[in-house]
Amino acid sequence: MTGKATGAKVRKPVSEPQKAELIGFYRDMLLIRRFEEKAGQLYGMGLIAGFCHLYIGQEAVVVGVQSILEPDEGGYARGKGGSMHMFSREKNFFGGHGIVGAQVPLGTGLAFSNRYKGTDAVCIAYFGDGASNQGQVYEAFNMASLWKLPVVYVIENNQYAMGTSIARASAETELFKRGISFEIPGEEVDGMDVLAVRKAAAKAVKRARDGDGPYILEMKTYRYRGHSMSDPAKYRTREEVQDMREHRDPIEALKKKLLDAKHVTEDDLKKIEAEVREIVNDSAQFAQDSPEPHPDELWTDVLVESR
Amino acid sequence: MTDILMPALSPTMEEGKLAKWLVKEGDTVKPGDVIAEIETDKATMEVEAVDEGVISKLMVEAGTEGVKVNAIIAQLTAEGEAAAPTPKANGKGKAAKVEAPAQAVAETAAPEQNAKNDGHRLRAPEQKVAAAEGLHDPTLPDGVTYTKTTVRDALRDAIAEEMRNDDRVFLMGEEVGQYQGAYKVSRGLLEEFGDRRVIDTPITEYGFAGLGVGAAFGGLKPIVEFMTFNFAMQAIDHIINSAAKTLYMSGGQMGCPIVFRGPNGAASRVGAQHSQDFSAWYGQIPGLKVLAPYDAADAKGLLKAAIRDPNPVVFLEHELMYGVEFDVPNVDDFVLPIGKARIRREGADVTLVAHSRMVKFALEAAEELAGIGIEAEVIDLRSLRPLDTATVIESVKKTNRIVCCEEGWRFFGVGAEIAAAVVEHAFDYLDAPPLRVAQKDVPLPYAANLEKLSLPNAHDIVEAAKKVCYVD
Repeated sequence: MTGKATGAKVRKPVSEPQKAELIGFYRDMLLIRRFEEKAGQLYGMGLIAGFCHLYIGQEAVVVGVQSILEPDEGGYARGKGGSMHMFSREKNFFGGHGIVGAQVPLGTGLAFSNRYKGTDAVCIAYFGDGASNQGQVYEAFNMASLWKLPVVYVIENNQYAMGTSIARASAETELFKRGISFEIPGEEVDGMDVLAVRKAAAKAVKRARDGDGPYILEMKTYRYRGHSMSDPAKYRTREEVQDMREHRDPIEALKKKLLDAKHVTEDDLKKIEAEVREIVNDSAQFAQDSPEPHPDELWTDVLVESR
Repeated sequence: MTDILMPALSPTMEEGKLAKWLVKEGDTVKPGDVIAEIETDKATMEVEAVDEGVISKLMVEAGTEGVKVNAIIAQLTAEGEAAAPTPKANGKGKAAKVEAPAQAVAETAAPEQNAKNDGHRLRAPEQKVAAAEGLHDPTLPDGVTYTKTTVRDALRDAIAEEMRNDDRVFLMGEEVGQYQGAYKVSRGLLEEFGDRRVIDTPITEYGFAGLGVGAAFGGLKPIVEFMTFNFAMQAIDHIINSAAKTLYMSGGQMGCPIVFRGPNGAASRVGAQHSQDFSAWYGQIPGLKVLAPYDAADAKGLLKAAIRDPNPVVFLEHELMYGVEFDVPNVDDFVLPIGKARIRREGADVTLVAHSRMVKFALEAAEELAGIGIEAEVIDLRSLRPLDTATVIESVKKTNRIVCCEEGWRFFGVGAEIAAAVVEHAFDYLDAPPLRVAQKDVPLPYAANLEKLSLPNAHDIVEAAKKVCYVD
């Protein structure tokens, strides 16, 4: 297969993040956390039905990686994060997928389409440590490497696939090595440090953009909540969770950096907190105030009407 | 002041035990702090604070059983002034109050909604019938000439024409390029279009089907060839969960214009794992279109339509038909409508419905039946989803008898669906119960004699037709 990036646009070089960007990362991580807490709360009140998988603890991964991308690029699915099926064509977010591992070939296909169209856009395919044992992941790895597709595989290793720890499920627990058979290089990244995530993502995205093929980033991260809301998390101790919260929290760590560097004052942080909270509360209120879909919606969007 | 409510562990939980408080009155909490543990018969969960403030009152004692979901279990007073939003904007305190009116509204609205939904359910099939009636094959110009073409080459011509027409269309699959196709359907395409658009994949159906769906999400129009549909069983998750459902699940944002094609059904002496008819499997899935043409002209016209369609299309070919020649009209851009059956032979005595290779047996049976004075009408379905029920019903209203023929198993099959539709819509016209001709209910055997016994043939159709006509 051949293919050249003919429609490539000029990309901004990835630089060391300055004050404004750092504050932005803090705000985004805080927004995710408060949003997820609110989602958990609304689920508890019976206002969200079905599944609810919270991303709390893992915020640095998605904020760090997405900080590298430009608006024409996107990702596919968060293996563990968020609720299950959100899409934004407008934001090039191709959805959360309900079948564990299926997002990996799909994301690889998006990368294929970028290459085919001659753009230099890169696709990020997020999945979890649990998904990394699915066979189709390796089918996708093989083709991505064979055809040098512009895709970055971000494995969010939060150490538990639902209730099964990685050691109980994986013969090779160093997931960044999972591409070796396909000549896909990988590295382990501190997924609790947004700046480390960003740095690693910048390198991987550049490599993919330059036509050197896929790359695996294993983000060592941690989720504070259960896999889903109905998970009592009996498979780990409260001390383990508490230890991560107290010593490794990605938001607290960046907060300390911002304060130490005197980029912000405590008052600034309070303002950010209040602003984030307002967005979350407004969103929750909006969701609660929104009417249920009209019964006619039952029949729409099954097929695209062609004629 | 903010009320903290008893949370639910799952949508079905109604009450639980407040096992333990981890805070006491007067404690300051911030979001994420664990404040209590609740228990049900299934699980224990920690309750976290969502807002910052001081616990002003614990309303339920630790150890209390049967605490109702959404009951107030504690109260939180915000620290300072405007740091936290007011309880009104918060939504939390309101929820308990809002709940009751919301339920009342739901109750009163329910019958009306149900009535509406029922209305839709009744209307939907009729809408489909009407849609099929509006579809017509293109009118061919006077004096049109025909070329004898094999089904194989007609398919290749369709792919080549559409690839010339639209750069977004590409073909991928095992051996489609250098090898020229396992069944030579893609002969010559690599030479014409190059390896950017004719892509040999590894033997990895699940992976390349998913990759194709991703490429379709990304704006391309992939044609994914399965060497046979038996191997597509490895990929059926992507065909159904990824391709067919995503438009609906994304509220119309993400269409998936893709064609999954390849030979389906029995070949010749290849054993059970290589000889399955998947018509009924795919025919059941909303969000898919499913086509199964018989002759070369339909193969060409429908494959072109499938490639242009903005939806995922499962295109079922038949290995034993690839080498058969038929007349294909020499017209530019021969495209057929999806969802319209073709009446291949008119007759007044019995309706024979078939698709794909079974059309051949239905036509042979009709010939034989004519010899004993029974005029059979043969309907070639061509499209299984959407299904042209209207054409079938109209025919049955005339013949009053129907035999549904398919190569696959009868249980939950295409024939079962058609028989049900006929009973539903033309019950009063029937002079005999609908009959089905199908494969015997066993995996397809390898031994020649057993394979022959297992598969339906023209003789079976003749016997069934005689039975519904009450002829010995």
